[in-house]
Amino acid sequence: MPALLVETKNLCKVYPETKALDNLSLRLNRGEILGLLGPNGAGKTTAIHILLGLLAPTSGEVKVFGMSPFTNRYSIAQRLNFSSAYAQLPSNLKVIENLTIFSKIYGVKKYREKIDTLLGLFEVSHLRNRLTGALSAGEKTRLNLTKCFLNDPELLLLDEPTASLDPEMADTVRKALKKIQKEKNMGILYTSHNMPEVEEICDRILFIHEGRTIAEGSPKDIIANFQSQSLEQVFIKIVRSGDLIWKKEG
Amino acid sequence: MESVNRISGMFLRYVYLHKRSLPRTFEIMFWPVMELLVWGFVAVYIQDVSKDTFSKIAVSLINAMIFWDILYRSQQGVSISFIEDIWTQNIVNLLISPLRIWEWIFATFLYGFLKTLIITLILAVIAFSLYHFNLISNLHLYLIPLVFNLLLFGWALGIFTSSLVIRWGHAAEALIWGVPFLIQPISAIFYPLSVLPPWLQVISRILPSTYVFEGMRAVIQTREMPVEYMVTALLLNLVYFVLGGLFFNWMYKQARISGRLGRLGMD
Repeated sequence: MPALLVETKNLCKVYPETKALDNLSLRLNRGEILGLLGPNGAGKTTAIHILLGLLAPTSGEVKVFGMSPFTNRYSIAQRLNFSSAYAQLPSNLKVIENLTIFSKIYGVKKYREKIDTLLGLFEVSHLRNRLTGALSAGEKTRLNLTKCFLNDPELLLLDEPTASLDPEMADTVRKALKKIQKEKNMGILYTSHNMPEVEEICDRILFIHEGRTIAEGSPKDIIANFQSQSLEQVFIKIVRSGDLIWKKEG
Repeated sequence: MESVNRISGMFLRYVYLHKRSLPRTFEIMFWPVMELLVWGFVAVYIQDVSKDTFSKIAVSLINAMIFWDILYRSQQGVSISFIEDIWTQNIVNLLISPLRIWEWIFATFLYGFLKTLIITLILAVIAFSLYHFNLISNLHLYLIPLVFNLLLFGWALGIFTSSLVIRWGHAAEALIWGVPFLIQPISAIFYPLSVLPPWLQVISRILPSTYVFEGMRAVIQTREMPVEYMVTALLLNLVYFVLGGLFFNWMYKQARISGRLGRLGMD
């Protein structure tokens, strides 16, 4: 199986009033967790939407599993999954009903056993007959992650997956994610504003600001390059003087 | 087989909604039953004051009311199912899944068909109980092609209104309810085509619904229906289906360029 899961070259997305992405190039390999970081409005969601085939780029190249997400959307969709705070499962259905529906959509074999295993992994087995709308924010996040693993994805796009979790549960989720990622040799594109979490979970980081790449490398290398103590300090530096840094690096 | 799985998954998604919500299930029946009660008693009144002269008109009115509801509900079945996933912020989960758009739409057809079938049965029973009106004995086997064409046109309208929602999101919601009422006055539902002014008749003739309602009145009046009515309705429905599909595809592409597709349900 090819190692490269995602590749974009000089990706641009221009709206009438703003440039959301400006020559963004990224690569994500199998078995790697790539952190896509940046302040609000940096272009993270735009990049993820393009990879998912939800948004057409203005120019540039995008390949997921070596294919265009616009001409091969369905073959790609079977092999990836996505979780985000703004994509919820229907609140008026039970947890088990939602997972059954998505199991059918993804053609999951022996889905009942699969659902039970995943509910256990994310410690939400006790919620299977609860109404999704009655779950807490943290429980909903874990349910969304359960849905994400139904199709054994080779590539996972996670947009702030632990945003609404308490520290203990966030740790449980990170460990579960890391465990499955290692077992399945999965590639994960991860966005988060929790810098210690990013340092812990990501193998590599891509910092973007105003749609442009500001820095790329392992968390340790980036911290060293920016002469900082932590990723949080790097983040603040980038937000406060991102444009300047980019011009210097560029 | 994979398509069957995905369609059954989406069909289940809509059926589960009713298991969870009694008011939602009740709402399906509420408006059609209320309309039938009003129109049914109007028809009874017309029949009483005019004796035989207008009795067929009264029968046509009740029939027309039930048929209008079939058209309206089949359109709503598609559009409301679509918008339901925007309301619940589930649409992105579906758009990034292997679910094909045609499979999704087909599931909404099936769900709409089931809903329409249940409502029509309830209306037929009420009409029989209160007004001694028998839908089957009035229309015989002609009932099948007439209802089939109404369902087709309702679904084609549903694809059209869903396209507007895909492109403009919540802003286009009002059109889901409004578009069927745009065609109501010119579909010759409660009155014959000849009542309309000539220029409006020209527009009316490009709607499949006009041929269904004209056909329905022909059966009630003469016990026979000109075949060309159903053939024309069927051909027009095919045209509207193709146009609806092309329009949906175009709107989908536009939403993908503007970024609206990924933001559906977020505003």
